Amino acid sequence: MSGAEPGIAQAFSALGDPMRLALVSRLADGEERSIAALSDGAAMSRQAVTKHLDVLEQAGLVRRLRVGRESRFALRAARVDEARAYLDRISAQWDAALVRLKALVEDGA
Amino acid sequence: MSDQIRKQVDLRASVETVWRALTDHEQFGAWFRVRLDGPFVVGEAARGSITYPGYEHVRWTATVVEITPKRRFAFTWRPYAIDPDVDYSAETPTLVLFELEPTGEGTRLTVTESGFDRVPAHRREEAFRMNEGGWAAQMENIKTYVGG
Repeated sequence: MSGAEPGIAQAFSALGDPMRLALVSRLADGEERSIAALSDGAAMSRQAVTKHLDVLEQAGLVRRLRVGRESRFALRAARVDEARAYLDRISAQWDAALVRLKALVEDGA
Repeated sequence: MSDQIRKQVDLRASVETVWRALTDHEQFGAWFRVRLDGPFVVGEAARGSITYPGYEHVRWTATVVEITPKRRFAFTWRPYAIDPDVDYSAETPTLVLFELEPTGEGTRLTVTESGFDRVPAHRREEAFRMNEGGWAAQMENIKTYVGG
């Protein structure tokens, strides 16, 4: 990919919305879906779904595929994993730091 | 997935003891692995050097935003700001908040780090470098503490 790959912050920002998170969950099985299919039972209008998919696409979290006149969307799982891995690393550092804090306050008491 | 990290740990120690471990700059430095130049003061930058092996040349900076005795301690910082040749000062930091709560046996500590949706894009690369260099050793430290 090019250096224009959107940043991790943009991915977090895009995922920080419950509606978009719901769309990501629906795509988590790896299947491609049309806007119509994603709007079905989603408690959002088709326009709203389209807008949220645009944001997810710009953040690199979904890929748009054109099939005839229709747009279909698929999750870019690697990108989601990357965002999760970033948080996991910082999370693990906190775990390690808190183990040291625990040792300090419990043994030093 | 949310853009924050939240940790909760129950400590068999009094709130006073935990509060001291968090806000006394020398005690904080012992478990956070940083040698601070001076005490924490609200509204001021706390500076020091990382004591983690291999990263001793790295300066550490945080800005204290809240000290509510025995209850809340918060600072902003830039996670993974480890390259001495890069000026991180223009970047939006994340917020780290420690909250203390007395329990029957001691103290419940909650740590929340938030604001990752504003960490700039290129920092991701440093996160990977940091991980390669330091994380295996960090895991060894945990084992030493837990098993040792």
